[in-house]
Amino acid sequence: MFERLSVMLMKEFLELKRDRWAMFRLVVPLLVQMLVFGYAATFTVHHVTTAVLDLDQSQASRSLISHIVATSRFTVVDVAKTQRQITHDINDGSATIAIVIHAGFARELANGQGAPLQVIIDGTNSNTALIALGYLEQIVAQYSAQLPGTVTLVPGFAATPPRGIDLRTQPWFNAGLNDRWFFIPGVIGTLTLMQVVSLTAFAIVREREIGTLEQIMVSPIRPVEFILGKTLPFFLIGLGDISLISVLGILWFHIPFLGSPLIMLLGASLFLLASLGMGLLLSAFSRTQQQAFALNFFFVNPFFILSGFAFPIAAMPKALRWFTLINPLRYFLVVIRAIFLKGVGLSALWPDLLAMALLAFVMLTISVRRFHKSLD
Amino acid sequence: MNATGPAVVAEGLTKRFRSFTAVDHLDLRIEKGEIAGFIGPNGAGKSTTIRMLCGLLRPSEGRALVAGFDVGQQPEAVREHIGYMSQKFSLYGDLTVRENLRFFGGIYRVARGEMGERTRFAITMAGLQEREDALVRTLAGGWKQRLALGCAILHRPPILFLDEPTSGVEPEARRRFWDLIHELAAGGVTILVSTHYMDEAEYCNRIALIDRGRLVALGTPGQLRSRHLGGELFEIRCTPLGAALHVLQGAAGVIDAAIFGDRLHVVLGPGGLDQAGLPGFLQEHGVSVQAVRTVTPSLEDVFVRLVSTHHGGQDSS
Ligand SMILES: Nc1ncnc2c1ncn2[C@@H]1O[C@H](COP(=O)(O)OP(=O)(O)OP(=O)(O)O)[C@@H](O)[C@H]1O
Ligand SMILES: [Mg+2]
Repeated sequence: MFERLSVMLMKEFLELKRDRWAMFRLVVPLLVQMLVFGYAATFTVHHVTTAVLDLDQSQASRSLISHIVATSRFTVVDVAKTQRQITHDINDGSATIAIVIHAGFARELANGQGAPLQVIIDGTNSNTALIALGYLEQIVAQYSAQLPGTVTLVPGFAATPPRGIDLRTQPWFNAGLNDRWFFIPGVIGTLTLMQVVSLTAFAIVREREIGTLEQIMVSPIRPVEFILGKTLPFFLIGLGDISLISVLGILWFHIPFLGSPLIMLLGASLFLLASLGMGLLLSAFSRTQQQAFALNFFFVNPFFILSGFAFPIAAMPKALRWFTLINPLRYFLVVIRAIFLKGVGLSALWPDLLAMALLAFVMLTISVRRFHKSLD
Repeated sequence: MNATGPAVVAEGLTKRFRSFTAVDHLDLRIEKGEIAGFIGPNGAGKSTTIRMLCGLLRPSEGRALVAGFDVGQQPEAVREHIGYMSQKFSLYGDLTVRENLRFFGGIYRVARGEMGERTRFAITMAGLQEREDALVRTLAGGWKQRLALGCAILHRPPILFLDEPTSGVEPEARRRFWDLIHELAAGGVTILVSTHYMDEAEYCNRIALIDRGRLVALGTPGQLRSRHLGGELFEIRCTPLGAALHVLQGAAGVIDAAIFGDRLHVVLGPGGLDQAGLPGFLQEHGVSVQAVRTVTPSLEDVFVRLVSTHHGGQDSS
């Protein structure tokens, strides 16, 4: 078992080492896409039209509003008196963002409880709204940092959501609106899926095309040995990918990483296994690299679109919602976002982890079964 | 492997791809230590047969025993006893000679203690002593082909399947390759080799001629020559060739006539025309004859004749 596996691995890594462009192909597209995605979501915006509804009318609430207005980011276009007025402002487009301070805001803050701040966003103008939301988070974070005793900030990240004030966004129209931080962890999962699936599929189809696969099939090698030898390298590459772009997201885009690296490793591993399984299945149905390319395009794109990355799953037609259940990316996005942004642990994430484990198991089993060392 | 039985037996071996029959009820028996040649035109079904014998394709019908194991039922047992060089004989171009050998040695689980000796043997056999660390993709065809053979026999298989190993290789390298095949056979290895080079048929102990999935003829080169021509072969130098061919094709006693370069090859059976009568017969029909002589038929003559009658039979049925 280990003898055959070790020569398979030796061969894969030697081929990778000899391929002068391999490193380039593995790393550069990821970095470029990460930067493009990251920056597309983060250009600066000034004078976002803002409506304010202050139902608390306390010193604390007025102070928060003046903090917001003090920056050039927001321009208050309406100081509303009722919720209806706010609704109207958003509906007719005169305000992009609305801030609602509920009665009791000051009291809750003083009690040391988290005080909710409701933010309503015009989701149709999502890019601006998204950026504005980011600013608002920072301003609120700074504001609550000044409150004596009641606020504890997670150190190291200026833009971490404050514990003191619970920023309740209530996006309208575009219910799945992502904020900037929501976006980049999603990019990590998506890019990894695309890379790992296509690498795996192409690696096997290439051997089929050049004829070495036939030469291997006629040996007494066991399907498991072959499949392990063929996928383990990509598993490691996938882990490298995820680490690389996560570090880039944290250091360059200042995405907070609140959760446990170990749970992240677990989630990433399960996700990679499921992705490898997908790649193997694609390769089983392709005779040539062109076919693999077409299938890859045909399958990975829907997986991307139906993952909740950009379009909310809840808003999809029922049939598509069912389809998302077999999409590993859907679960990994939940996991990676929760680990990055919320820091929640296994107790909250086990259903998604379990789903990925099941998918990985099923897809890998099918691929081992289908690889029965025969050409018909 | 059972000690006494034949190396390969096929009975009614058939492979269908959907409605197309690529191999059609093939019966075959190859004894241990034989060099058996599979000869046939493109698309005849040589590769398909070899793949079935290697356990790579499941027979649609019939069965085959290789080293005593049924290829459909026990393909893994078959694999333990065979070496195979596919038509596209492929190695890893980005790996060196030595790394390729190590890979295939590992895949076949050649014992660690034996690996050094087998590697040296394969390198010497391929004539790659100076180039052990060269990347395989930089090697010329003849070297690659001998190295592929080396990879296929690292584990000392008693039966070796070589699918058109000499295609696309220059004549000198082809000759060297056949020397290697003979050395292996002398060491007791059974070899089944396919080719579409007719001249290579002469190097085999026994030949199976395959056309359109059917076994058309089977025997030693000598047997095929004498048995299947159905008469004696004559070479005629005459002009004009076309007219001569035309009159001969209809004449009594002529089994076959064909243009062969700037001459005619004619097979005469018993009764009707004979060698003595040929010049006169042709001159009667306005053909001037320079010379008539008997020739030993080449296997190519036999094959051309067999394949053409075979096709004729199929068309009329
Ligand atoms: N997997 C397949 N599916 C459908 N048809 C096939 C398949 N493999 C081979 N064939 C067909 O079966 C026939 C025999 O093919 P095969 O490769 O065995 O011929 P061959 O004698 O090896 O020819 P060549 O000299 O070109 O290698 C051909 O017509 C080929 O197109
Ligand atoms: Mg062939």
